Amino acid sequence: MPFVRICGGRVIDPSQNFDQIADLWIKDDRVFYLGERPDLRAEQTIDATHKIVCPGLIDMHVHLREPGREEDETIATGTAAALAGGVTSVACMPNTEPPIDSQAAAEFVYLQAERAGNANVFPVGTITKDRAGKELAEIGGLVDGGAVAFTDDGSPVVNSEIMRRAMEYCRMFDKAVLSHSEDLELTRGAVMNEGFESMRLGLRGYPAVAEEIMIFREIALAELTKARLHILHVSTAGGVELIRRGKARGVQVTGEACPHHFTLTDECLRTFDSNYKMSPPLRTKDDVQAILAALRDGTLDCITTDHAPHAPEKKMRELDQAPNGIIGLETLLPICVRALIEPGVLTWPQLIEKLTINPARVLGIDRGTLKPNAIADVTILDPDVCWTIDPNQFRSKSRNCPYGGWEVRGRAEVVLVAGQIRYQRNGK
Amino acid sequence: MTLDLAPSKKTSSVWTRKHLLGLEELSREEILTILDTAEDFVEVSTRKRKKRSDLKGKVVVTLFFEPSTRTRASFGFAARRLGAETSDFAASSSSLNKGETFIDTAKNIEAMGIDAVIVRHNVPGAPHLLSQHLNCSVINAGDGAHEHPTQGLLDIFTIRQIKGRIEGLTVGLVGDIAHSRVARSNIHGLLKLGARVIVCGPPTLVPADIHRLGVEVAYHLDDILPHCDVLNVLRIQFERQRGGLFPSIQEYFRLFGMHAERIRRAKENILLLAPGPINRGVELTPEVADGPHSAILKQVTNGLAVRMAVLALLCGDPVAED
Repeated sequence: MPFVRICGGRVIDPSQNFDQIADLWIKDDRVFYLGERPDLRAEQTIDATHKIVCPGLIDMHVHLREPGREEDETIATGTAAALAGGVTSVACMPNTEPPIDSQAAAEFVYLQAERAGNANVFPVGTITKDRAGKELAEIGGLVDGGAVAFTDDGSPVVNSEIMRRAMEYCRMFDKAVLSHSEDLELTRGAVMNEGFESMRLGLRGYPAVAEEIMIFREIALAELTKARLHILHVSTAGGVELIRRGKARGVQVTGEACPHHFTLTDECLRTFDSNYKMSPPLRTKDDVQAILAALRDGTLDCITTDHAPHAPEKKMRELDQAPNGIIGLETLLPICVRALIEPGVLTWPQLIEKLTINPARVLGIDRGTLKPNAIADVTILDPDVCWTIDPNQFRSKSRNCPYGGWEVRGRAEVVLVAGQIRYQRNGK
Repeated sequence: MTLDLAPSKKTSSVWTRKHLLGLEELSREEILTILDTAEDFVEVSTRKRKKRSDLKGKVVVTLFFEPSTRTRASFGFAARRLGAETSDFAASSSSLNKGETFIDTAKNIEAMGIDAVIVRHNVPGAPHLLSQHLNCSVINAGDGAHEHPTQGLLDIFTIRQIKGRIEGLTVGLVGDIAHSRVARSNIHGLLKLGARVIVCGPPTLVPADIHRLGVEVAYHLDDILPHCDVLNVLRIQFERQRGGLFPSIQEYFRLFGMHAERIRRAKENILLLAPGPINRGVELTPEVADGPHSAILKQVTNGLAVRMAVLALLCGDPVAED
C-alpha cells in the first residue's frame, strides 16, 4: 500500500492539541495515522528531523487578481507563491474584474486552480451583485459554485440594511460574512493612517474611527441577526476592543490580523515608498501593541496576509496614485516568527492554530487538521533556517513587498497537498 | 567685466546636499547657510547688470504639475541670473497626457542633460520619488500639503531682514494649516532658528497632532494678535480642500481675516507676510495687504535671492569667475 511517512518531526496540530515528536503516516490523499507504526512499510519517507510538521497553512485573505488583472497575479502564480510560503489553501477575495458574484465565476476559480495544480483555492463570493453594494448577489448559486464565505472586500457594504439582510441570508447556508470595515466618507482621498505622521507629511489620513465605526455596526448587526461575522484585517486598537467586547457578549464574531499591521507603523511612510501603502493603512505603535495583545488573548483568531499584488509599474507612482496593497504569501511565516515567536507573543502551537484550524472553522472547510482521514495537506517547515528576503526571488508575479533585505528565520521546506509533494525548497 | 561676490565662505563649507526636498531634514546650520548666501544675492538684483556665472553652462529645468506663476518665474529668473540655461515643462503640455508616468517624463528630460530639476507636484513625496530615480539635483517647489522649502526660506529671510533676528520672535501662522505646505516649511524652519510659533485657524483646518511639532495652537486670532511679532497669513486653498471645513467665506473673514480694525489690536510694528497669491477680501483686505505692515512684495524680491542661493549651493561651481 502506498504509504508516505514523515518521520522525526515535531508534529503540531492544534486541532487535536497535539505537539510532540511523532511520525505522520499518509495513505493516498488522506492522513492515516499519527505515531509509531512498526507494522507499516512506507513507500516514501520524508525526514523531518528538527522540523515542524503541521497541517497545511491556510491563508483566508488573498487576492489572486484573476480574472481581469492577470498583469498583477494569476491563480497559477498566486498559488505557486502560496506553496513557497507553506500555504496549502487560500481563500481568494472576489474583487476581481468581473467580481466573483455568480456561480459560474466561482466555478471558474476552481477550474483555474485545478489547472494550476498548486495550492487549494476556496473562492469567497461577493455579498452584492457586481460588488456594487446595491442588491444581494445570488448567494445560493455562489454556494453551489463552491463559495465558502461572502464579502465585498476592498470596499465596505455601505448600506446597513443590505448588510443586515446579507447576514440573515448567509445563515441559511451557515456561511460567514467577512467585513472590510471602513466608513468611506471619513476616508475619502486617504493614503495613510491619520495622525501625527500624516500631518507631517501633508498626506490625507484614514482616521482609526473610520474602521471602528464600521466594526461597531457589523457587530451590532451580527448580534441582531445571529450571523457569523468575521472582521478582515483589523488594524486599530479600538477595533480590537470592539471585537473583544462582542465576543464577551456572545456575538459570533471572529477577527484576523495581517503581518504588516503587527510589524510596521505609519512612520514607514516617511520614505514615501508606496509599498507601505495599503488599506487599512499601517497604524501606530499603540495599535501594533493592541493587535499583538489580541493575538495572544485570542481576540484575533486568524493571521492572514491580505496578499494584494500590483504590477511594479502601478506601484512606482506618486503615493496618491499608487494602488493599495502589499504581497505577503512568501513572507508570512518568517514575519510571524520575527514578530510573534521570537519575542514570545505566541507559542508555535498558538501561531499554527491561527494559520490552520481557526481559519478552517471560519470558512467551514475540511482542512487545517491532521486527524485520521483528514485530507493530507501538510506543511513541513524549518523554524530555524536563516535567510534574507529578496522579492526578486518570489514566485508571485508582483514585487510590492517592503520586507526586502530583512534577515529572517523560518521557511517552508516541503509542502504536501492531498498527499502529494507540491513544493520542496531546494528545487525539485 | 562684473565682479562677483562668491557665496560667503565661512558658512558654505557645511553644504553637502544634492537635493532640497524640505526644511524638516535641514539642520539649523544648513538653513543659516542658505540665508547667509542669499544675503549676497539680494545685492545682485539691485545692480544694473544682474548676471553672475555660478551656473554657467548648467541647465535647469522646471517641471510643474500644478499651476504656478510666481514660483516658476522666480526659479527661472534665479537660474538665468546665475548664468544657467533654463527650460519649462508643464504637465498639461508634456507627455503625461499621453499616459507616460511622472518618473518616465522626468527621466526623459534628464536624458537631455540637465543639472537640476525644480519640481512642483500635488502629491506629497513626489520630489522625493524623483530624487531616487534621477542623478541630477531635485528641488522641491511644493509637494502637495507637505513642504515648500524655498517659500519657507524666503519667509524666514524676510523676517530676519526686517526684524534683524529670528530667535525669540513670536510668529503666528494663520489660516488653512492643514492643507498648507507653506505652514509646514515655516514651522520646521522657524523652530530650528529659535522662534516661538503659534498656528491659528478653525479646528477643521488645524491638524489635531500639530502641537507635537513644537508649535502652540490657537483658535482665536484676536487672542494671539497682541503677542505676535510676525503674522504669516496663509491662503485659503480652495482647490485642495474638501467641502464643509468652514461655513462661508464671510464667516472665515470675520474670524480670521486681517482688516484695518483688527490690525489695531496688534503690536505696533507687526510684520505681515502672505505667501500668495492672496485672495483680497478673504484673508486680507486691500488696505492691509498694501499697508505699512505688509512685506508681501518684499517677499517676492527676496524669493529670487533665496532661490539663487539654493541653486548656487546645490549645483553651482565652488568658485564663481567670469
